[in-house]
Amino acid sequence: MDLSSQETIKRLADEHGNEQLLVILGAPDAESAEIAAETVVLGDPTYAGALAEAQLGLSVYHALEEEFRSQIDDDVWEEQIGVMADVLEAEDISAAVKGMREQKP
Amino acid sequence: MFESKQVIVLGERDGIAGPAIAACVKSAGGNVVFASTECFV
Repeated sequence: MDLSSQETIKRLADEHGNEQLLVILGAPDAESAEIAAETVVLGDPTYAGALAEAQLGLSVYHALEEEFRSQIDDDVWEEQIGVMADVLEAEDISAAVKGMREQKP
Repeated sequence: MFESKQVIVLGERDGIAGPAIAACVKSAGGNVVFASTECFV
């Protein structure tokens, strides 16, 4: 995850509190989705950014997960995300992010 | 899901871009406080 994004997330967590934040990912595959989710749940696994060793335990979902999709109007979903939903491996991505969500400290 | 939450959108160029996710969140009444589209090369 970009170092500047990590700094922003850390600042927002300080400002709003961890429980108030919800992270939605758009990663293209299960591996990158898992790393992004890990970064906001358990901390930056590369130890390079501001979230290194920061176990924020944020709520995190991928945009292709049913929990997110079910919140969005069908027409909006189709217009904004529809094509990519056909291309990406939604099942694998969803499993990866869910697995990391369940490791929330 | 979005009620009383501050939403952080981390899109990716090769996946789903930040603005597309943000548009979905906003249409459902969510409050987006940060949105980006990252690019891994």
